[in-house]
Amino acid sequence: MALLDVKDLVMHYKTRAGWVQAIDGVSVSVDRGEAIGLVGESGCGKTSLAMSILKLLPKNASIKSGQILFDGSDLVPLNEDQMRKHRWEHISMVFQAAMNSLNPVYTVCDQIVEAIQYHIPMPEKQARAQVAQLFEVAGLDPGVMDQYPHEYSGGMKQRAVIAMALACHPDIIIADEPTTALDVIVQDRILSRLDDIRHELDMAMIYISHDIAVIAEVSNRIGVMYAGRMMEIADAVTIFQHPVHPYTQALMSAFPSIRGEKHDLVELGGEPPDLISPPPGCRFHPRCPAKTAVCAQDEPPFTEPGAGHAFACFNPRSR
Amino acid sequence: MSERPLITVEHLSKSFPLATGLFSRVRHHIHAVEDVSFHIKAGETLGLAGESGCGKTTTGKLLLRLISPTGGSIVFAGRDVRAMRDGDALTWFRRQAQMVFQDPYESMNPRKTLYDIVSEPLSVHHIGNIVERQRTVADSLARVGLAPPETFLFRYPHELSGGQRQRVAIARAMVINPLFVVADEPTSMLDVSIRTGVMKLLLELRTQYNLAMLYITHDLAVARYMCDRLAVMYLGRMVEHGETEQVLQNPLHPYTQALISAVPVPDPTIERHAIPIKGSVSRPVDPPPYCRFTERCPIANDACRDNDHPGLQQKEEGHYVACYRA
Repeated sequence: MALLDVKDLVMHYKTRAGWVQAIDGVSVSVDRGEAIGLVGESGCGKTSLAMSILKLLPKNASIKSGQILFDGSDLVPLNEDQMRKHRWEHISMVFQAAMNSLNPVYTVCDQIVEAIQYHIPMPEKQARAQVAQLFEVAGLDPGVMDQYPHEYSGGMKQRAVIAMALACHPDIIIADEPTTALDVIVQDRILSRLDDIRHELDMAMIYISHDIAVIAEVSNRIGVMYAGRMMEIADAVTIFQHPVHPYTQALMSAFPSIRGEKHDLVELGGEPPDLISPPPGCRFHPRCPAKTAVCAQDEPPFTEPGAGHAFACFNPRSR
Repeated sequence: MSERPLITVEHLSKSFPLATGLFSRVRHHIHAVEDVSFHIKAGETLGLAGESGCGKTTTGKLLLRLISPTGGSIVFAGRDVRAMRDGDALTWFRRQAQMVFQDPYESMNPRKTLYDIVSEPLSVHHIGNIVERQRTVADSLARVGLAPPETFLFRYPHELSGGQRQRVAIARAMVINPLFVVADEPTSMLDVSIRTGVMKLLLELRTQYNLAMLYITHDLAVARYMCDRLAVMYLGRMVEHGETEQVLQNPLHPYTQALISAVPVPDPTIERHAIPIKGSVSRPVDPPPYCRFTERCPIANDACRDNDHPGLQQKEEGHYVACYRA
């Protein structure tokens, strides 16, 4: 059984202009110890999916249908108190822009101690010893744990947030753009640290990023999202070398690399759709180079014809 | 492509005083840019790469005289930019040199229509009457792919997507036919599928109008596609400079090597080996006289500390590096 199994999740946001169909029938599963990457552009629903899994949704969001099974039990019907038990202990999160997720008026150590003591009551001294350990795991010098967030560099803050996410030994960490604001050398160190932690602690990771190069480096499996739908999921090598969905292919050929042949970047025309009134049928069809009449009428089912390679497209094609 | 460079920069420096208190005397300086020299020809794009705080944006602002240098010279089409006083020379320069900013959400007044935004350079420089301006603005919008332009003229920035806004920013820079454009991370806020279009547009405009461009970016993969030559900066110093492919495929400076080795590769079958370097980027506050990379350098020796900061030396045709040990 998968550790986390999201089944046909539908989550919409209510706005004055109408319901924003941010997640529309997304299924994805995560096994113990696995790293899965979710990639897609702004507004594709990747962060909304993460927030739905943790049920850290704003008031105007509503999960319309679907299941989020953690270890076989559904998180969707749980209330806030019951959910709080799951967060940190089972599923924790490293947020985008770590700079803003630390409280500036408390020392970093105090903030992590608070999180630990909330879940596992223990004396301050013991909790502090744990923080020191977590700092080591995250690659920070425990000597700086009594400093305030503003005394940290961007990379140190991101590591502190990782230490905090590890505080209650979760089974899954969701890392949402964990290195987006960081310089490339710091990014590289943080990503390899996260990968080491996953192996050492046998945790599952869900990486979320717009950067397919980052996702390529850290994920075993990759899910490509577009306009609130999952377009294609497969192991990392298949997604990069034998993608069948035209959107995945477009994403790959629009992405520059500093290695290998300098291939021409292919421009994908148009813009992602407005999710208040998304196009009928496949949401990608207005921009799709392989569209046929059926694409504008029917929604392509998300199927898995070959083991481990699922996609939603009427006209899959190999490159 | 003409042989004489359009813009030549020599020993450019900028230091900012670091105020420690309201009445205290300035004792420290941030040496944001120091002893930077390069040139850009018409029709050529020079990339300026490096991590946050390396001085690449400051260099761009110095080139446009948005801030004044503390040392060195900038010669633009044979004229000394630093010597220009208010009046004809400076007005002329302001017409020829334009900028495209990083954030298309912050760089436009939300209360103005696209016509107001794009026509502003025309009204500042008293070019044309209302009718002519409307035609020029419409042409400019069409050139950047916002077609048909009539449907865009009287819209507001909030009605546009990020990619469209960045196209408006480019239209605004191009509307008075400049010779030189500084593009500061023009695509770093855009999504992949939108970014490629904007990158291609900039390349087209460069060729079509024989533009000289300074392309500031932290993303070396983007630089590979956008720039003819690439310069890498570290803490205010230019450490390496050459043809883009030369620098990316055969980096000579240990910093460039570490930087390139840390760039993630969009191919899960490639095993990448990052070159470890110590510590992290600091601020160039009263930097030592020797090489600024010494403390983090994997190959530094005592000689690196005993000598002044190395100057750029040519190591192969057109490929310069500032390192004693490279």
